[in-house]
Amino acid sequence: MAILMFLDPMALVRSMPGAVAQGLIWGIMALGVYITYRLLDFADLTVDGSLATGGAVAVMLIRNGVNPWVSLLVAFLAGMLAGFVTGLLHTALGIPGILASILTQISLYSINLNIMGRSNQAVSVDKYNLVVSLRYISESAKVRIFATCILFCLAIILLLYWYFGTEQGQAIRATGCNPQMARAQGISTNFHIVIALMLSNGLVGLSGALYAQFQGAADVNIGRGAIVIGLASVIIGEVLFSKLCEGKRFAFAYTLLSVIAGAIIYYIVINVVLWLKLPSDDLKLFSAIVVALFLALPYLKGKYMKKEKKSNG
Amino acid sequence: MAEMLKIDNIHKTFNAGTINEKVAINGVSFSLEEGDFVTVIGGNGAGKSTTLNAVAGVWPVDSGKIYIGGDDVTKLSEHRRARYLGRVFQDPMTGTATTMSIEENMAIAARRGKKRRLTWGVTKAERETYRSLLKTLDLGLEDRLTSKVGLLSGGQRQAITLLMASIQKPKLLLLDEHTAALDPKTAAKVLEISDKIIADNHLTAMMVTHNMKDAIVHGNRLIMMHEGKVILNISGEEKKKLTVEDLLHQFEKVSGEEFASDKALLS
Repeated sequence: MAILMFLDPMALVRSMPGAVAQGLIWGIMALGVYITYRLLDFADLTVDGSLATGGAVAVMLIRNGVNPWVSLLVAFLAGMLAGFVTGLLHTALGIPGILASILTQISLYSINLNIMGRSNQAVSVDKYNLVVSLRYISESAKVRIFATCILFCLAIILLLYWYFGTEQGQAIRATGCNPQMARAQGISTNFHIVIALMLSNGLVGLSGALYAQFQGAADVNIGRGAIVIGLASVIIGEVLFSKLCEGKRFAFAYTLLSVIAGAIIYYIVINVVLWLKLPSDDLKLFSAIVVALFLALPYLKGKYMKKEKKSNG
Repeated sequence: MAEMLKIDNIHKTFNAGTINEKVAINGVSFSLEEGDFVTVIGGNGAGKSTTLNAVAGVWPVDSGKIYIGGDDVTKLSEHRRARYLGRVFQDPMTGTATTMSIEENMAIAARRGKKRRLTWGVTKAERETYRSLLKTLDLGLEDRLTSKVGLLSGGQRQAITLLMASIQKPKLLLLDEHTAALDPKTAAKVLEISDKIIADNHLTAMMVTHNMKDAIVHGNRLIMMHEGKVILNISGEEKKKLTVEDLLHQFEKVSGEEFASDKALLS
């Protein structure tokens, strides 16, 4: 009880806008993870590298006078390129998916250092007209940053909803769900794996670029463990909201929304953990445990349910 | 009558050069005329499904040639060959994408062999087509267009896979023991649907089966395989008069062995 006296409830309230903004930005990365992990059934660890690449590319471009909005676009393209490399390693060279993505991720570490010239680079909101910035959070302009983040998320969800309803998007979903069926229906599984990895990492790069502007700096280590945060968002969203999305018209759009919601919840929980004055060194351990729990939950539930009613076929 | 399928002396050995080496197809040749419906029978490991997979292009053959509708497809990869073929698999899970809706599965099949573009995947007009096609199955699926295929039973999935295989008329329909995983009543229903679809669309078809009775009752031709070779190729009047006893007798005569599959006799 005594420890609670040291905790300031107002501090927690004050930290919330930041947590939500961070959740919105990382939610875009989580959408990328959703594409590979859920739709393509591909454990893509490229993310840890391509997130930092997006940030590095954006910050260096802005420092060289490029419009911050344009830098987002280039970061998206840089992320796509990273996904393309993973895709080629896997489909053209036959390297198992997870290993192919680790190879890209590791090589991106060096590439990111080369892009920035050192391990981090700052970009000041005072000097440049950034798209989003942490600085506005506590000021009157915070409406603008939230509006920007929310609009970004909604626009991306809209685009993804459209894309995965097209012939090409359906081909990607079929490839992820049942590659044998896909090939039997004339779908080149290799081509669509590469496309999906590019789209996914493009979003991750965009998210990295937004986050770097938000933070006012790009850091080569920013992506470390990003995949875990992405997975956490996807799974928290699924566990909490899948029942609400199921069977609805536009169910897929709701599912994508739930991924963003998952990311926001993740950051709120992290902020609570920090507010409880738990050591921040343990954050990654904590994240991993949360993800492991949420991953295990549906499995254990399914196992238990199967015992309950065995005949179903 | 045009020649729809020509298999010319194909060979396939799995795990060549290892202790697991298995000669799966050892010089198979036969051809199908347009409208032929051949049943392929044989014991376990006779090479029936392997021959069918060779036609489907699941892997390249070691030697020999395969022509579909006059085109040499020997070197075409599986997804490129798909535009010639409709396929239904033994496992009802294999033929459909379970996380996608019935209409999406059918739409994907309707675009078999075509480029996948950025236009909407299921149009209103096709939805109506699918509804009326599903109605012909008489399984009540016409009102469940947006249901996920994963919610359906094995028999329902095989029926949908059959529709999918024929939405865009294939040059050749490949049925790979597609009723083996179903209960007898459902299997009979799916076979009935298969016959109907083949007849209605005038399809050329190849059906691999374990079941001698099914092999005799269905189709106008019958091929029996043993140890990677065609040991019997029956058609016309001879096929019509065939009985299970005849087949067993023929098998013993040609192979010098007893027919080894209990499943074939009992089912």
